[in-house]
Amino acid sequence: MFTPAAKAMAEKLGLKMGRANLDEFAATLEELAKVNPNIVAVTSDSRGSGKLAPFGKNLPKQIVEVGIAEQNLVGITAGLAACGKKSFGVSPSCFLTARSLEQIKNDICYSDVPAVLIGISSGTSYGALGTTHHSLHDLAVLRAINNLTIIVPADNFETREAIKFAAMAKKPVFVRFGKAAMFGLHKPETKFEAGKAIQLRDGNDVAFIATGETVVHAVLAAAQLAERGIQARVLSVHTVKPLDTEAILKAGRECRAIVTVEEHMVHGGLGEAVAATLLQAGVGKPFRIVGIPDEETVPGAQADIFRHYGISMEGLSQIAHSLLK
Amino acid sequence: MAEYNRNDSMTDKELQLKAVHLRKKTLEAIFEAGAGHTGGGLSCLDILNVLYNRVLNVSPETFSSPVRDRYVQSKGHSVEALYAVLADRGFFPEADLKTICHYQSHMVGHPTRHIHGIEMNTGALGHGLPICIGMALAGKMDSASYRVFTLLGDGELAEGSNWEAGLAAAHYKLDNLTAIIDHNTLQITGHTRDVMSNEPLDEKWRAFGWAVKVINGHDYVQLTEALSKPAEAGKPTCVIANTVKGRGVSFMENVAKWHHGVPSDAELKQALAELDLAAAKLKEVA
Repeated sequence: MFTPAAKAMAEKLGLKMGRANLDEFAATLEELAKVNPNIVAVTSDSRGSGKLAPFGKNLPKQIVEVGIAEQNLVGITAGLAACGKKSFGVSPSCFLTARSLEQIKNDICYSDVPAVLIGISSGTSYGALGTTHHSLHDLAVLRAINNLTIIVPADNFETREAIKFAAMAKKPVFVRFGKAAMFGLHKPETKFEAGKAIQLRDGNDVAFIATGETVVHAVLAAAQLAERGIQARVLSVHTVKPLDTEAILKAGRECRAIVTVEEHMVHGGLGEAVAATLLQAGVGKPFRIVGIPDEETVPGAQADIFRHYGISMEGLSQIAHSLLK
Repeated sequence: MAEYNRNDSMTDKELQLKAVHLRKKTLEAIFEAGAGHTGGGLSCLDILNVLYNRVLNVSPETFSSPVRDRYVQSKGHSVEALYAVLADRGFFPEADLKTICHYQSHMVGHPTRHIHGIEMNTGALGHGLPICIGMALAGKMDSASYRVFTLLGDGELAEGSNWEAGLAAAHYKLDNLTAIIDHNTLQITGHTRDVMSNEPLDEKWRAFGWAVKVINGHDYVQLTEALSKPAEAGKPTCVIANTVKGRGVSFMENVAKWHHGVPSDAELKQALAELDLAAAKLKEVA
């Protein structure tokens, strides 16, 4: 995932490698479920890929297997929630948010049941398995559905907090993350609040407004830019909807350029949401959306794909430079 | 296994008279709205009548009870008939039926939870059964006594999600779940057998591990027997209710165009007159 230079920068910043957000999710959910018997996980032959095998073993009465049937998974998750269960439907984001989109829209969001949907191995996490297994559409389609909180955590801390939030939420929540080990980005005293971006670094030259597993690359790029005298602000926008428009407008007004970063197609995701926020407030700054372009995604592992499209310390630094020229 | 449900406070004849009243209300509502699903509403009306007046353990007062029976109308387009039944049961004033599909009225053309008595928002087909599996599973987890019912259209069965759900309901031995198929053999384009043949339905559901009952969906004795208790311990129940699309109005019966046809003023008058005649005949029978 990281070049030697990026690894060296992470070390310089004192970032510690954690586990995969997927593992953090599974551990957190099991912890919560042990004290809340109403929590039920629903899987579509996905307990292995969702790291929920221990959950199933330790809490067999709190897991429902539906087989490879994502539409059924979402409908059942909705029905459980409608009858008082805190249900978590867990399935690869590529299938969950495409094949069962209508169930998400109607059974969960429109019916307004407090269900949680977990899109595992999202974005390009399945890398070389190809486009069938990528979810580069999920934020776009889900943003267009009313009544859904969308969270894309950047590291283990945000993942844990997102799952804790979702477990208490009275409204539908979608959380998506990947399966690569992630650097910890937050200080111990950091507070997580759904809908509120977390500023990881201050600066007024350029703002990196990033979400999910791309945030670490923005952090590293900001550190590299600082060595060259450019001060970059970094916002971790873990909640893509509702968007923290206040933090985004503040960054837009105070910084000379804006770079958004996401593991998603450049259409319909965080970047366009930020652009709409800024434009409608009359804030016009040099602006770039970094994500996956509208093309058949380059073959390769997640790390290869990230590098190919500039989601890397080096790539983001270069983009920031070009905007500030 | 879920408990036996049956409220015998009304005789079959009283229920049949109520059905005539409810058919009239359904037609008037569709006429007022200028839109609606007439044929399927009339075909499933006797099923709804028996459910809400004889079988379901639910009322306006107990609708928030966690142990109420659940009913999810998967064939959501037949909502006018459901609204008529719910209004008659006192879930909301009958006058609200005149606001169906009106600007700023919550009574939209498919079930929504904004309406007292509606469990889930439906209307896109193939959703009710998976939702009901979740509800039935929750009931099993909580050792609750409630039963879960859904009503499917026979044309709706072309949606693959029903068959995903068919597997799951049998896998989890959900004998607290009853799926009723409004088997009127017509859908918007014409005969279901011509659009996408799905027979033999009984054998299909049995092969999926369900207990199957095939009944006349307009016969109150058969409906009551089939719906008032699960068919078999350890199996979900599928009730294939053979019905007539447009039932009760001569010129609407078995005519596909009445799937969502709206009666003209003259047609409404004729339909109401036919139904009044049917009520008079019922009253004549001892």
